[in-house]
Amino acid sequence: MANLASEFVGIKSPNPFWLASAPPTDKEYNVRRAFEAGWGGVVWKTLGLDGAPVVNVSGPRYGAIYGPDRRLMGLNNIELITDRPLEVNLREIKAVKRDYPDRAMVVSLMVPCDEESWKFVLKQVEDTEADGVELNFGCPHGMAERGMGSAVGQVPEYIEMVTRWVKANSRMPCIVKLTPNITDIRRPAEAAKRGGADAVSLINTINSITSVNLDSFAPEPTIDGKGTHGGYCGPAVKPIALNMVAEIARNPATAGLPISGIGGVTTWRDAAEFMALGAHNVQACTAVMTYGFKIVQEMISGLSEYMDTKGFTSTGQIVGRAVPNVTDWQYLNLNYVTKAVIDQDKCIKCGRCYAACEDTSHQAIAMGADRVFTVKDEDCVACNLCVDVCPVENCITMKELPVGATDPRTGRKVEPYANWTTHPNNPMAKAAE
Amino acid sequence: MTTSQLTPGVVAGRLRAGDYCTNFADVAPPLDGHEARVAADRCYFCHDAPCITACPTGIDIPLFIRQIATGTPMAAARTILSQNIFGGICARVCPTETLCEGACVREAAEGKPVEIGALQRFATDTMMRAGPQPFGRAAASGRRVAVVGAGPAGLACAHRLALLGHEVTVFDARPKLGGLNEYGIASYKAPGGFAQAEVDWLMQIGGITFEGACALGRDIMLDGLRADFDAVFLGLGLGGVNALGIPGEDLPHVTPATDFIADLRQASDLAMLPVGRNVVVIGGGMTAIDAAVQAKLLGAETVTIAYRRSRAQMPASRVEQDHATANGVKIVEHAAPVAIHGAGAVAEVEFAYTAEGAQGLHTLPETFRLKADQVLTAIGQKLGALPEGLTLAGRKVAVTGAGRTSLPGVWAGGDCTPGGEDLTVTAVAQGRDAADDIHASLMA
Ligand SMILES: Cc1cc2nc3c(=O)[nH]c(=O)nc-3n(C[C@H](O)[C@H](O)[C@H](O)COP(=O)(O)OP(=O)(O)OC[C@H]3O[C@@H](n4cnc5c(N)ncnc54)[C@H](O)[C@@H]3O)c2cc1C
Ligand SMILES: Cc1cc2nc3c(=O)[nH]c(=O)nc-3n(C[C@H](O)[C@H](O)[C@H](O)COP(=O)(O)O)c2cc1C
Ligand code: SF4
Repeated sequence: MANLASEFVGIKSPNPFWLASAPPTDKEYNVRRAFEAGWGGVVWKTLGLDGAPVVNVSGPRYGAIYGPDRRLMGLNNIELITDRPLEVNLREIKAVKRDYPDRAMVVSLMVPCDEESWKFVLKQVEDTEADGVELNFGCPHGMAERGMGSAVGQVPEYIEMVTRWVKANSRMPCIVKLTPNITDIRRPAEAAKRGGADAVSLINTINSITSVNLDSFAPEPTIDGKGTHGGYCGPAVKPIALNMVAEIARNPATAGLPISGIGGVTTWRDAAEFMALGAHNVQACTAVMTYGFKIVQEMISGLSEYMDTKGFTSTGQIVGRAVPNVTDWQYLNLNYVTKAVIDQDKCIKCGRCYAACEDTSHQAIAMGADRVFTVKDEDCVACNLCVDVCPVENCITMKELPVGATDPRTGRKVEPYANWTTHPNNPMAKAAE
Repeated sequence: MTTSQLTPGVVAGRLRAGDYCTNFADVAPPLDGHEARVAADRCYFCHDAPCITACPTGIDIPLFIRQIATGTPMAAARTILSQNIFGGICARVCPTETLCEGACVREAAEGKPVEIGALQRFATDTMMRAGPQPFGRAAASGRRVAVVGAGPAGLACAHRLALLGHEVTVFDARPKLGGLNEYGIASYKAPGGFAQAEVDWLMQIGGITFEGACALGRDIMLDGLRADFDAVFLGLGLGGVNALGIPGEDLPHVTPATDFIADLRQASDLAMLPVGRNVVVIGGGMTAIDAAVQAKLLGAETVTIAYRRSRAQMPASRVEQDHATANGVKIVEHAAPVAIHGAGAVAEVEFAYTAEGAQGLHTLPETFRLKADQVLTAIGQKLGALPEGLTLAGRKVAVTGAGRTSLPGVWAGGDCTPGGEDLTVTAVAQGRDAADDIHASLMA
């Protein structure tokens, strides 16, 4: 079995699977059980200042989006930071870290935007022997209205300022957690780096309304007839998170900045994908809120099996491996030609490819007698829609035309690599030399 | 003296009182809301879906399933019922394994079709529970149509005609509406008086008058109907039964399986219904299966279906055969009856072994006997007495197009005509299409 040992900003953990700061890490009871189940580390549920803790709603705080068979695809929450007293959390953090020295214990923090508050809370956290802190600049509801969370995360200057305070007042590694509720994710990451952050983690949840009750005409989850936007997470947000991670990984200004990947991580495969796009480890929340702590066993066995088959001996060999292949549209090979091919032995004759291509694409699938579906190469633009809507895996695949072959659609020979920057239709094309 | 399964002869009350209820309960219990959502999620919403083609009434199955999946079962029911007003009984009795579900692409993909029948039942049950049948009538046309036969063909025709604004009178030799829905379908397929509840519900459309216990050829004549009405539809079904043509056939307790089933369907107390200790059913179709299973459920000790060809050639589907064997019925293949023996009452049935040769089926010299106190014959139904003047096609009423007979102004459909298989759903489709054709010709 491959060695999954991971080191993130100097923090060691037996595997790269951490629990994100959220209800699963809100108390000693949970975190001990998570560690027993095999999680490599946790980011403790966000702590605030001492004094009267925040108050959560006592009605429903989650809403959900389902796929087939009520599979939970997206979760939305209006929960705040921990609503338990600071000293209780600190005592528990200390006790758990003492009993699990090999696991990562990072403490998430969110306090008002003044240096004294940060100085105070950092001192308290250091006393617990925790391995590091994560700054919650991401929470999109409740706390933002009080000038914290995403209210800070949406202003790069504030991120830089607070990060600087944290580095000045603590010896602990500092991870800055970013909000996706922003136009260009590279700016807050750059600000974190300027402020001295050791790493960034992303994404926090996305502003969202899950659904509207069509009897009461209130957004859901509904609290006494009213609803508010909450934070969206779960498998549905993974594509958004992957892109943001990749943007930071390939941005020269932040290249090399360690990233903890968060957003819809549910299986070992999700984790490996985040890592390939530049995340050094991953954090999960919705998946454990859906299935419990035990899923980490599948993540551990799955990632090891994958690494064994690939001949990787450390998780570091996965990290960033796909980053060089993430590029801008203008550099894609416009001479690359493929055609959809339908495997008649696998085809179950549902005709979904036909409906999709005929109604919404390029009328490139023929429906023959006896429901035999075939691709008309002379019309196929290779958009992939038929592959995407086909219910049978690998029934429709894309076949590449080699350089020199004739594309029946255009009647032209397939040429070697050339992209938009030199394309004749591009008014800004550089003259081909 | 109490009777049991071992009591010789043909007697009633072989079981304990409570067993009848259990034995004749719903053979396929309905889906609840959650099960229906899960089942509906499996539909791929195929293009030009093969299940639609496979349904004789052409229900838009992917659409109604999507309507269930999105939480609108009433809309789903409307989709079903607008094509097939008998969507409720069809959901229960259609051999879906050879119709819609047999054509489902998920049957091809993984041998597990979408549960179309069960979903159809879910939707139609929801609507029938909610209240009246959902269709309104068009403005009165002033035309009157006579429908003879109150089975699914006749009633589907009557309902569609009423909907289109015509006045309809339905005549039937039997006292109750429903045809074989009421007198033939196995009781565990539609328990709880469903067949009557459904026809009552359907009749709410209005404009349909029922004349029961009124037989064509006895109480009314075709010529009279043609004179009194603007059009006539014949949905007579198959009133006669084929005879075995072997010695001993007229012994007591040798009866057509359809009579046995009709008595069973009309019995107010199943414990009062006599059944043999050893029952032999001769035939290989749905009627043979239904008679055999119900004889077993009534407490017969042994029930054997004897069929002259192989099991693979039985008209009853594999699913139906399995249903019989799962209920303890034995199926003997390659056995042709040659004589029924007994003094005063049936005691044994003698069969010859058969083989399939170049000239087709032939019997072999060797015979064997099965003990029997009751013999139920199910070797096919045939047309009853027909009015003069109708041209026949083989053993059925010849029709062209949507059920036009050789007599002007007279249409026919259902089992009495040759098209399609003899199934409830086929009868519904033919009755409905004839109604549309009658409408078109009346309004032309
Ligand atoms: C035992 C049995 C089980 C079956 N099980 C199934 C099943 O599970 N699934 C399935 O799809 N199909 C089944 N079928 C077949 C199905 O019942 C028939 O195909 C269907 O009922 C045909 O409908 P119909 O309207 O043509 O005829 P019928 O339902 O037979 O109705 C004909 C009506 O016409 C009346 N009639 C006949 N002659 C006259 C006359 N001279 N004057 C007045 N009225 C007359 C009869 O009384 C009857 O009410 C079964 C059939 C039998 C016999
Ligand atoms: C293939 C594709 C191409 C699209 N192109 C455009 C576009 O050119 N202009 C635009 O305003 N939106 C475009 N959209 C976005 C859609 O209009 C729509 O806003 C989006 O898909 C969300 O709606 P939906 O998920 O409910 O379909 C495109 C969407 C898709 C899937
Ligand atoms: S790839 Fe696109 S254009 Fe080509 S056949 Fe498939 S759906 Fe049609």
